[in-house]
Amino acid sequence: MQALINFVISIWVPLVCALVIVAVLPLAAGYIVLMERKVMADMQARLGPMRVGPHGLLQPIADAVKLLLKEDIIPEEADKGIFWIAPLISVTAGMLAMSALAIGPWFQVADLNIGLLFVVGIGALGIFGIVLGGWSSNSHYSLLGALRSAAQLVSYETAAGMAIVGALLLAGTLSIREIIEAQEDYRVWFVFASPVGFFIYVVASIAETNRAPFDLPEAESELVAGYMTEYSGFRWALYFLAEYTNMVVVASIATTLFLGGWLRPFAGSRAFDFLDYLPSVMMLGVAGYCFYRAPKQPVKIQQMVLAAVGASFILVAGILAAPLLAPAGSMLASAKAGLHGAFWFLLKVVLYLYLFMWLRFTFPRYRFDQLMRLGWQFLIPLSIVNVMGIGLALVLHRQLGWSHWTAFPLTTILTLAVAGMLGSAGAKKDKEHAIVGEEA
Amino acid sequence: MLDQIVFYFFAALAVISALLVVTRRNVVQSAIFLITALLATAGIFLQLHAEFLFIVQVILYAGGIMVLFVFVIMLINLDVSIHQVQFNRQWWLGLLLALVLGAQLILAVALGRSGLPLGEPAPATALEPSTQLVGRVLFNEYMLPFEIASILLLVAMIGAVVMAKKKV
Repeated sequence: MQALINFVISIWVPLVCALVIVAVLPLAAGYIVLMERKVMADMQARLGPMRVGPHGLLQPIADAVKLLLKEDIIPEEADKGIFWIAPLISVTAGMLAMSALAIGPWFQVADLNIGLLFVVGIGALGIFGIVLGGWSSNSHYSLLGALRSAAQLVSYETAAGMAIVGALLLAGTLSIREIIEAQEDYRVWFVFASPVGFFIYVVASIAETNRAPFDLPEAESELVAGYMTEYSGFRWALYFLAEYTNMVVVASIATTLFLGGWLRPFAGSRAFDFLDYLPSVMMLGVAGYCFYRAPKQPVKIQQMVLAAVGASFILVAGILAAPLLAPAGSMLASAKAGLHGAFWFLLKVVLYLYLFMWLRFTFPRYRFDQLMRLGWQFLIPLSIVNVMGIGLALVLHRQLGWSHWTAFPLTTILTLAVAGMLGSAGAKKDKEHAIVGEEA
Repeated sequence: MLDQIVFYFFAALAVISALLVVTRRNVVQSAIFLITALLATAGIFLQLHAEFLFIVQVILYAGGIMVLFVFVIMLINLDVSIHQVQFNRQWWLGLLLALVLGAQLILAVALGRSGLPLGEPAPATALEPSTQLVGRVLFNEYMLPFEIASILLLVAMIGAVVMAKKKV
């Protein structure tokens, strides 16, 4: 009997997880778009989408229906086969990368011993979709967008890779699960052991996902829409889905490597156990806001929808609270790891995405030469110094017996000093360029 | 049984796409089939439980080198290559050499088959994670060759930069 249960678990759990990823990611992408529009509206003192559903909550579904019904135009001179398959490559790569990530200790398609390399490597294949789509459109804007995208990805992949190497040195493994367990053993998330590495990864991941301020491949003031200029309807939506999937993937990598994955803040200390109640309290807060806003909606049906949303949040709060209230040792109490793990992981991913949006609406777009200089002359040297600094800290800690609290801050200060030197050298060069420009 | 089906699938994919790489006239299509061939080879590595080789193949060849290939191809005028004749007049010499090489390979396998002891394959569950194995071997036994190879690559990189730059 036990063997049968194990067999069913070993086959069906990965299959169900994979299906959930494929089914939920498009919906999640739609709601990330809505979140982005709402955040943008908030930062620009507007309301954002308000018409479809209460507070625009059904806007993603309306958008999806619109995109599915739009005519799919293929340019006459395009390379039809490649034009047809290019968006699929991007989407497939993003979804495959998701499959190795762990959303909570229970939800993972497969824990590979090369886990992190798999996510990074497969995710990088998505660039072929962009490059081939841009080329096959047979349009100058598309081709320039694709070229920029390829150059940008190749440049920033190095910096991101070296930042990941730094965190991997700390964890000593490539398996996603073991990386998070290593952070549990250290009693500290790696963002505090290697803040410079986290900074490099944030910048490089924005550049890799082609988002502002590094969104030159689709800079609308220069290239119409970059590599997807000629795409319309469903294929265009696939490119969008791929972009948002990639955002979720890089956010998940950052969460896993630097922000403790599914771990609660202060996971090791009993004094902070009250944080276990935070998920339920947050959900109840959201539900309360829904009920508070519901009577103020203009249309009857919108009031009902908002009330239903509030009720479902109460349900989620109940599910999250149930393992805490159940007697210790029961089946329900053991569900806490999976449920709360997923909650904390998703919360960190959403906060990381919010950081992306915040940066997007605060910084002006970089020029292409500035982008290249930042990548090659600042981030890549800094990331190499960062790896050497973490190596030094590990030697001081493990071989010479220094404590964490002296070794890691010391090497972080050293790395920051190098960063300052690199930055001031770059600024000097900028000034020289500016003078040359004025004379010319 | 499943192993064999998977192996033949990837092998057939690799061979067919390798053939298409040389027969396609459109360079971009050739590049796509080269990517497919590389990924199919990576699939065979994965089936042999060599996860590290699999991901290195994907990251380095498919993700790194081929991106640069496609990058360069996009800058080339494709019309020229489409109108060029693909076969030259020495095709019979090439065919002869290929046949000789094929005969040699078949002969070598046929002769060496009895004398070549193949060990019992280890069960897949008993294998150590290959990433750690590769790392340990590279940084213990083959430390010096590994470092020399790195310096060689560094020299090649600096050389390329010096040659590409007009004014150093």
